[in-house]
Amino acid sequence: MTNGLIDFVLVSVALLAIGIYGMSVKRNAIRMLFGVEMIINSANLNLVAFARFIPNSQGQTLALFSIAIAAAEVAVGLALVIVAYRMYKNIDIEDFRSLKG
Amino acid sequence: MVDAVFLALSVLTIGSAIVALEIRSLIYGSIALMITLSGIAGFFLLLDAPFVAMFQLSVYVGSIAVLILFTVMLVRRELIFNKIEDKRRRYAGIGLMLALMLGIGMIIIGSGMKSMETNSPSVDYKKIGEDFLTYYSPALIVMALILASSVVGALTLARREDITNDQRTD
Repeated sequence: MTNGLIDFVLVSVALLAIGIYGMSVKRNAIRMLFGVEMIINSANLNLVAFARFIPNSQGQTLALFSIAIAAAEVAVGLALVIVAYRMYKNIDIEDFRSLKG
Repeated sequence: MVDAVFLALSVLTIGSAIVALEIRSLIYGSIALMITLSGIAGFFLLLDAPFVAMFQLSVYVGSIAVLILFTVMLVRRELIFNKIEDKRRRYAGIGLMLALMLGIGMIIIGSGMKSMETNSPSVDYKKIGEDFLTYYSPALIVMALILASSVVGALTLARREDITNDQRTD
């Protein structure tokens, strides 16, 4: 393999930073979900990269579990967005006033 | 050293991740997110994990991205193109992103990970199936229950109570 472990980890760090930027700056609920997706994907990339370089198979197994759980999370998250959109007629999170405790 | 395929993939992945967050239209944004997820699948292929790559393609690109696309289409038209954000918060966010990239990147470059390379053969994907059906089979069952319950929960959340069957116009 020509690529070292550090290359994959650096790409994953960049994706993590972009995801955190998206979650902290964007006010659109769907765009915040984009940020969550990127963070989960960077974690999966880390898992598979370390599993390749150790090498063992448990990392890939855990990545598969993580992908499946992420699918469930997105389904619930999008349902929440739709419910909030129906209540407030908007997807701007600043408008979801009554969600604040 | 990295090869050209890796460079192209990382530019594609990170570039389309930025596009997904910054482009004006949410529809183009979700298509860019799709490209990011496919790029991650390409990284999995480079890491000799073809099973995970195909799983990623079928779950993320096949279902999650399409789900997001349909949700975006349910939202009113002017909200899709609407982009309100605080200027100060945006600059703070960019600063946080760069600080995270530089900080964690410096730590990783300074660590001993740099010399880590492998010549060992990759893990056979038959091993993953074996893992799933032997040691991890309780976890697999729990994961199936979580998926089923989350789908039921999503359906319950998104159901409209104010419409009954005889009121429907179609």
